[in-house]
Amino acid sequence: MMKKIILPFIVLALATASPLVFAAEAEQHAMPTPADLEAAAELPPEGAEADKAHAPDHHAAAPHGHNEWHFSGMFGSYDRAALQRGLKVYREVCAACHSLKRVYYRNLEDLGYDEGQVKNIASQYNVTDGPNDEGEMFDRAALPSDHFVSPYPNDNAAKSVNNGALPPDLSLIIKARHHGPDHVFGVLTGFAPPPEGVTPGPGQHWNNQMQSLISMAPPLSDGQVAYEDDVPQTVDQYSRDVVEFLAWASDPYMEERKRTGIKVIIFLAVFAGLMYAVKRRIWAKLH
Amino acid sequence: MGSGPRTPFENPVVEWVDSRLPIFTMMQKEYGVFPTPRNFNYFWNFGAIAMIMLVLMIVTGIVLAMHYTPHTAMAFNSVERIMRDVNGGWLIRYLHMNGASFFFIAVYIHIFRGMYYGSYKKPRELLWILGVLIFLLMMATAFMGYVLPWGQMSYWGATVITNLFSAIPVVGESIVTLLWGGFSIDNPTLNRFFALHYLLPFVIFAVVFLHIWALHVVGSNNPLGIDTKGPQDTVPFHPYYTIKDTFGTLVYLVIFCFFVFFMPDALGHPDNYTPANPMVTPPHIVPEWYFLPFYAMLRAITFNIGIPFTEIVIISAKLGGVLVMFGSIALLFVLPWLDRHPIRSARFRPQYRIALLVWLAVFAFLGYVGSQPADAVKFGIPLSYLGLLGTIYYYGFFLAILPYLNKHEKGRDLPPSIHESVLKGSA
Amino acid sequence: MASNTKADHGHPQDGETRRDFLQLTAAAFGAVGAGVFAWPLVNSLNPAKDTLALSTIEVDLSTVQVGQSITYTWQGKPVFIRRRTAQEIADAEAVDVSTLRDKQADKDRVQKAEWLVVVGICTHLGCIPQGQKTGEIKGEYNGWFCPCHGSAYDTSGRIRKGPAPLNLPVPPYTFLSDTLIKIG
Repeated sequence: MMKKIILPFIVLALATASPLVFAAEAEQHAMPTPADLEAAAELPPEGAEADKAHAPDHHAAAPHGHNEWHFSGMFGSYDRAALQRGLKVYREVCAACHSLKRVYYRNLEDLGYDEGQVKNIASQYNVTDGPNDEGEMFDRAALPSDHFVSPYPNDNAAKSVNNGALPPDLSLIIKARHHGPDHVFGVLTGFAPPPEGVTPGPGQHWNNQMQSLISMAPPLSDGQVAYEDDVPQTVDQYSRDVVEFLAWASDPYMEERKRTGIKVIIFLAVFAGLMYAVKRRIWAKLH
Repeated sequence: MGSGPRTPFENPVVEWVDSRLPIFTMMQKEYGVFPTPRNFNYFWNFGAIAMIMLVLMIVTGIVLAMHYTPHTAMAFNSVERIMRDVNGGWLIRYLHMNGASFFFIAVYIHIFRGMYYGSYKKPRELLWILGVLIFLLMMATAFMGYVLPWGQMSYWGATVITNLFSAIPVVGESIVTLLWGGFSIDNPTLNRFFALHYLLPFVIFAVVFLHIWALHVVGSNNPLGIDTKGPQDTVPFHPYYTIKDTFGTLVYLVIFCFFVFFMPDALGHPDNYTPANPMVTPPHIVPEWYFLPFYAMLRAITFNIGIPFTEIVIISAKLGGVLVMFGSIALLFVLPWLDRHPIRSARFRPQYRIALLVWLAVFAFLGYVGSQPADAVKFGIPLSYLGLLGTIYYYGFFLAILPYLNKHEKGRDLPPSIHESVLKGSA
Repeated sequence: MASNTKADHGHPQDGETRRDFLQLTAAAFGAVGAGVFAWPLVNSLNPAKDTLALSTIEVDLSTVQVGQSITYTWQGKPVFIRRRTAQEIADAEAVDVSTLRDKQADKDRVQKAEWLVVVGICTHLGCIPQGQKTGEIKGEYNGWFCPCHGSAYDTSGRIRKGPAPLNLPVPPYTFLSDTLIKIG
């Protein structure tokens, strides 16, 4: 009897698990991802060669460690204080080059701000609106209904001031990378002097996470952003906080999703148990 | 349909309708008292599960279509708007995204069930062919659906798959231009893919109807693979299998919901959260996991096929790969005529059983090969070479092993009837 | 139908109560589950968060002259704002409320007598009445006139003649200052 039940579900479990195994395997080869490469811009040929020369080191370097995140796991949630600190880091550092255009100021209420505070944050930015009745475009203070103001008017403008590299929009960066949180944390904390034989071109910097030269300069330094709470003001902490913030930006419904999921699965499991009882009861009459 | 003699219903409303359109009589006949073999195991749940998944995909898909914009400049944004601004949009989209995977899982198990118990054999050949047709339609639908979010994998997946048709001699390039409606994947392509992605599920639904109709003409196969011989071998479909199917479906939905709520992106690819960029190809293109074995067969053919010791090429590597890939599905269509052994169930065919389980393992291995970069080397052997070996076994199973077993496998003795077998099993 | 098939099989009586209870519970679970599943699908058709975020607008009144009308789009609908003349105010207030189809006094329809704010959609079948721009027909009550089916509104936006059943609705609004209002 049990054997009859188990077999199909073993097949099911295998079928379900196999893509995961494939995905995990694929990850090792998929890094760095294309957008990263794009951000890294066209490496000068000698840089590319040097990269290859150091290939054996890549695995030894173990690109990203696995960090503990407040939001990982079935019951993980976002740490509101970290989100607010991460927003501060984003606004004061990342926002100089990286847009966050899928996030609206009104979304910041999720971080624990009230309506007035959100309005206040938004009003510190200017957006171009219009045309008005005279047909002119005009500047006005941003409203909660506006999305985060981008640092550049368009991609070409962004490229022209960044050595041809486009700083990617950060709204989905955590979802758009394998092991997103660890990867972004790794990039932020992974700047190091280039390995022997690698000569950075103008505006290029070696990054251990990317295992290549990238066009982003080390963005963070200790003490750069003033925190109001009692948290160390270090690159490590800044990176952790901004990853928390960007994880929220990528996946703002994560908490609601997990809460709903627990209820749904409990409901379905109880329902399934009930149906099993009904099924046993009915089939018992046959034997 | 249902125009035979009718027993009146007690409920006057039901009776009024039924005497004019005997839909209740039909339901009663096909799903109420329908005689079904009493010895199904849980593999027989997966037809019902696949049906539920199809309905789930259609329902969530219709709602998503109300919020989606099929335009290259807006598609990605409209999907993100669904994820961020539409009420419960994230849930509906995750159900649809993961629903596709779980629809395929259910159908793959359903197909394997058919192969293991010989459900395709006489008199169920047409039933089987309709099933393979559903599978083919699903592949087309899933492929076009994956293009709609207009991420990097959407764009480059569409480019690679549509380029398959360029392998066709002479007219290939024209066909690709026709598919694209331009000279690369662009807005016209996205628009037609959206239209077809919306249409095809209803075509699938219609073929599912035919599939079930054909099933109800000949009746279900069963784990013993022997015909039912009388009422002692069957039970009415309701409540025995309605209840059992509901139970199986719920267990399946628990696993499904685990993915939807706790790892919704595990079956997808991170690159699809980057908007499509026609100027940059991701370094490692992979299709969705359910296409990987076929993708591996496509990539297994890396050599031209021609007359030895001459420069004459009859089939180029490109065309060869495409033929091998489509051929692997074409083989499923003709399976009832490749395997003509009189015994249906693998339970009584030990040699077939081993060959089939190896085939399953090879199929899964091909999936692994398909997930790896084209130049990957594992165990000191280039994976494309192992992919070729897998492809040879895949073809060999259908074209050599099955015909061989037709003649040489004796098989075990079949039990006299389902009824006696069940009694013996429970004793 | 369920009862029909049950009868057909003629199950033994024992255990019937327990089975009924189990089946009822299971059916209840199914019904609740289907309902809970259907809700997000239906609710997704309600206005999305970005739509709701744009559901209030702020309007600067400082440039509007006495006797002038302006139109703003609020939630996809035209809002008529008229800075009424003393004569128009007097006309609106002089009407005997009991004679009106939709009985509302002018003072219940304005916050400051000078400013009339109404949603400019005819309550008959949804056309946009004329009377905003100079030169447009304002109808015989000097308010607005709907060209579709001939409804005439007065200087308080109330229905006076024609098929429309109700006055032009007043949207929720507040004066943030003397010359700035927030609608919605």
